[in-house]
Amino acid sequence: MRPLLRDRRAAFGVAVLAIVAAASVAAPLVTGGRPTAQGDIVATRFLPPLSGDGGGGFHVLGTDRFGRDVWTRLVYGARVSLAVGTLAVLLSITLGVVVGAAAGVGPGAVRLPLLALTDFALALPRVVLLLVLATLWRPSAALVVIVLGLTGWMPVARLVQAEVRSLAARPFVEGAVAVGSSRGRVLWRHILPNALTPVIVAAALGLGNAITLEAGLSFLGLGVQPPAPSWGNMIASGRDTLVNAPWVAAAPGMALVVIVVACTLLGDALQDAWDPERHSLTLPRAPSGRPR
Amino acid sequence: MFLPLARRALAGAAVVAGVIALTFVLLRAAPGDPVEQLVGPAATPEQVTLQRHALGLDRPLPEQFAAWLGRFARGDWGRSIVTGRPVRAVLGDAVPATLELAGLSLVLSYLLGLAIGAVQASAGPRLDGALSVTTVTLFALPGYWLGLALIIVFTYWGRALPAFGAAGLDADALTGWSRAGDRLRHLALPLATLTLIGIGGTARYVRGAMRDVLSQPFVRAARAKGLSTFQVTRRHVARNAIIPVVTLLGLSLPALFSGTVFVETVFAWPGVGRRLVEAVQARDYPVVMGATVVSAVLVVTGNFLADIATAWIDPRVRQAVR
Repeated sequence: MRPLLRDRRAAFGVAVLAIVAAASVAAPLVTGGRPTAQGDIVATRFLPPLSGDGGGGFHVLGTDRFGRDVWTRLVYGARVSLAVGTLAVLLSITLGVVVGAAAGVGPGAVRLPLLALTDFALALPRVVLLLVLATLWRPSAALVVIVLGLTGWMPVARLVQAEVRSLAARPFVEGAVAVGSSRGRVLWRHILPNALTPVIVAAALGLGNAITLEAGLSFLGLGVQPPAPSWGNMIASGRDTLVNAPWVAAAPGMALVVIVVACTLLGDALQDAWDPERHSLTLPRAPSGRPR
Repeated sequence: MFLPLARRALAGAAVVAGVIALTFVLLRAAPGDPVEQLVGPAATPEQVTLQRHALGLDRPLPEQFAAWLGRFARGDWGRSIVTGRPVRAVLGDAVPATLELAGLSLVLSYLLGLAIGAVQASAGPRLDGALSVTTVTLFALPGYWLGLALIIVFTYWGRALPAFGAAGLDADALTGWSRAGDRLRHLALPLATLTLIGIGGTARYVRGAMRDVLSQPFVRAARAKGLSTFQVTRRHVARNAIIPVVTLLGLSLPALFSGTVFVETVFAWPGVGRRLVEAVQARDYPVVMGATVVSAVLVVTGNFLADIATAWIDPRVRQAVR
């Protein structure tokens, strides 16, 4: 743990995520009102950043085409991004750990079909699947969580499966079996806790990925629906006013970049702390039985 | 050599078959059906029933699937609900455009990513750190947002490059070089966007792979026997580091295709990704189905080619495959 705290990448990642989380929890305190609040649209729309609206309101990041405060929408949009991202990652990690553990300790009749299923799901273009699913059901934040969770578990399952199988051959597991622990207890108490470190790395990287994809879906109009703010639909609405009000799309885009960089750097730092010898990134191993 | 490749091709075919079945089931499982959109709100129940019967939607699901599969195999992919054009014609125009954009960006981002990653692996901490910040930022950039930024700079401010479509209004009147130039100018921004977002991931991976090899004992041995740094890098490091990099090539194809979906949408590039998004937004089921199958085939084919490349460059795999 010690080297992790000294790692500047980890410090940056944690700091950014903590600030964004704090701001989105305390959104009513750090913003001037509701994200959908709009007054006299003609007088207050397209105000550039750092300008007052004449009615006592001050807009740090300007206003959009309905005169809504961009900063307020950005902070409330962070709520959506973080909540959707976190829930989606929790769902995909749960699925991944269950599938990976079952494949790791199960007999061949369980393992091989599960691995085949994982390879199959890994070969699907994720965005295509997201688009198809988002077409069929009415778009909403809950749907995005489910869809992202269902399409994101495969790398975790692969990692856990590999880790569980290598742990199962270690002496302390043999010891636990020798003293008569049940299979479930060995898995739950001895193997899984040791297999979770790579899962944490995958979670950090997966969070950035999920936030990006949520924004992408909302950008295409298939995620969070306006007028509720999400970084993706803010960029989409700013796209129409790119020339005369570039700040509407610029702010949420920069926020996205910063938070994804934070997640990625945190994941890198965790990876290095977990396994300093290995520099390769946590990528799913090559599909199918490639000899190694 | 052939048996394992045949097995892998079979696995790829299974993936495509799975995608087809999955998409079909999902399309039919979802609430609402295309008939209601087709006939409009003023239709009488008899008209709805008639239309449903005409499209074969009143038959049992397995029968529908078998019928659809039969037509699909014979090359009849149905017609777009929105435009009435045959799905094959819609996608037939789109596939070359996507291959052009994705293929060129794959080559460019791989070359640049390889170069940056290789420099990072052998550079001092300061240069490595600066490049790491750059690559992680590129890695984090959403393609559609970067695309919008490039449009502002190069189209609105610079007035230098077109931001929409694959050809100018006068393209049909142009010939030879000026027509090719028009195409290139339209390609520039989408290609730059897709390449930039691809560089980050490749460079990060190459850096890691090369560092892994650099810490191996055989590299120390090569240095100890007096080889120059260039010789060590070329003969011992690069040859080993290239293997995971080629593997990454296969793994990065789904992400590349995802990238084209957004980039094509922003730049109105007439490829499969944009057709898919349009069809999804219009709930044009036959086109969604066709585009899904085409994208799965593209990704699986790419993966298969990457497998062949790995077997070709890695003597260990070649040996094992024999």
